[in-house]
Amino acid sequence: MSENQIDRNFPIGGPILEVNNISLSFGGVKAITDTSFDVLTHEIRAIIGPNGAGKSSMLNCINGIYKPQEGSVVYHGETLSKITPNIAAQKGISRTFQNLALFKRMSALDNILVGRKLHSKANFIDIAFQLPKAKREETENRQKCEEIISFLEIDEIKNTPVGKLPYGLQKRVELGRALAAEPEVLLLDEPMAGMNVEEKREMCRFILEVNDNYGTTIVLIEHDMGVVMDISDRVVVLDYGKVIGDGTPDEVRSNQTVIDAYLGVAHG
Amino acid sequence: MDSQAQITASAKSLKKNDYINLFFLMVFGFIVTPMIVTSDYWYTSILIPWLCLSLATIGQQIVMGYTGQLSLGAAGFMAAGAFACYNLILRVEGLPFFGALIISGLIAAAIGIVFGLPSLRVRGLYLMVATLASQFFIIWVIDKFGWFKNYDSSGIITAQDIVIFDRAYTSPMDMYLVVLFVVVILTILAMNMARGSTGRNWMAVRDMDVAAESMGVSLLKTKLQAFAISSFYCGVAGALFAFTYLKSLEPVAFDIKLSFKILFMVILGGLGTINGAFIGAAFILLFPVLLNTIGNNVFHGAIDATIISALEQVVFGVLMIVFMIYEPLGMAKLWENLKTRIKSRFSKD
Repeated sequence: MSENQIDRNFPIGGPILEVNNISLSFGGVKAITDTSFDVLTHEIRAIIGPNGAGKSSMLNCINGIYKPQEGSVVYHGETLSKITPNIAAQKGISRTFQNLALFKRMSALDNILVGRKLHSKANFIDIAFQLPKAKREETENRQKCEEIISFLEIDEIKNTPVGKLPYGLQKRVELGRALAAEPEVLLLDEPMAGMNVEEKREMCRFILEVNDNYGTTIVLIEHDMGVVMDISDRVVVLDYGKVIGDGTPDEVRSNQTVIDAYLGVAHG
Repeated sequence: MDSQAQITASAKSLKKNDYINLFFLMVFGFIVTPMIVTSDYWYTSILIPWLCLSLATIGQQIVMGYTGQLSLGAAGFMAAGAFACYNLILRVEGLPFFGALIISGLIAAAIGIVFGLPSLRVRGLYLMVATLASQFFIIWVIDKFGWFKNYDSSGIITAQDIVIFDRAYTSPMDMYLVVLFVVVILTILAMNMARGSTGRNWMAVRDMDVAAESMGVSLLKTKLQAFAISSFYCGVAGALFAFTYLKSLEPVAFDIKLSFKILFMVILGGLGTINGAFIGAAFILLFPVLLNTIGNNVFHGAIDATIISALEQVVFGVLMIVFMIYEPLGMAKLWENLKTRIKSRFSKD
């Protein structure tokens, strides 16, 4: 395990999420073939691989957007047979998307407030009549979101419609929205794609802090090998929908199959 | 911490401002208007239909502007509300008018849920076509089964008088006050919902449904809820429209043209704003009146009335296109922009 393991607030525990023999195909195209790996409580787990390796499809299977033809997702020892994004959210799995899936016409704050949905119990009648229950809940939710906003350092733009924000900030708002749900497991689909070095560094800091402050288990997909090796505890490498390497960053780095997949290998 | 204090302070003052605005509007609507407006024409031909249609437009706004579900059945739900109210007052002894009004809204809401079901499978224009069915189906049912019209053969039924606490509200001003009372309450409720988590869930579904679902927002519940609330508003609006403006009940009054009118009110007023509903309704309602007045007073009848009404269609059409392209947020947004411009001008000096 990596060196930051020693003084962690939340030491890594047993498996929280297991992906068992998942196969997913679209028509005749196989996106994922018989893939298994596990995620331990409080760890940062990276999924890497070349384009089209099935990384995003993997996250979509975990979160119930895609239904794999074979295999199962086990969460807290319980096999989730019928996962939908909604059920996943209720179980405590929150996520961000590869191509930004923000609510474009809403402000950053409102976007993040939607993340509080699962912690809101007031129904529309409570809200319409502004009953004490609804008011109290709204105040609590706003407070929580303000905390997240200042943690992500997006105070200045919180009232701006997110469609008008630059890409890097949109990514941050999306992270904020996922965090507002106070998830146990956070799935991040390329949180640093398209960012410059400075933005990447900041995003890394946020991810590490989320993990350290709240003990959130993080599964992230990333292209940038440097970033992945720096922040993750364990890495699983996919290529053509199959696992070709699994282990600590150092193990993966020295794995010959992984090197071949990334650097290409001369076929004799 | 400082900024946090500021945030709460500014949010609070915003709310306070809203209540002050509301207070003045209510004083104006309930006290000043009845004092200065004496002509019945204003009440019966402008204020009452404007308020009724604004209410229906809020309903359409909820489902279309906030939840992003293209629906074209507002007039159908209005008819359902109107006939429900008529039958309730006719058949249920001692049911107070407001009770009948609320139950009519609930009946319309129930129908709205049924016709909202296609929204779980289809979207956009396809949904619009599916909801069009509600428009025709409701009118057909009312025409087909005589029970709804109390077997009246004339086809036009006179609406009952509005009786609240043993007092009949029959004069135009009385009716206006009843309508205003209902509209003010329902508008406040709609604003609370739109600003609270209910409205945020609607908009989340509108803007990006997969993400909304991943945050735990149920698409099924949210869409059907929006359809139900929207139909409730349309139903109540329809009942008021029939009882205070038309003073009669005829299915023809709630035809597809009215649905389109309400759709235009939403688009011109601005998608996803409550005050846009009032602005849009005012514009669509008053513009023909304005054109007529100009035609009569400026050109002294030199322009044929048919040309004026044709002109009206042309101008509406052009405006719709212009707004769709340049300002999808409609007149409410223009008004908002104007306000900020004036504010910034003052703060500079």
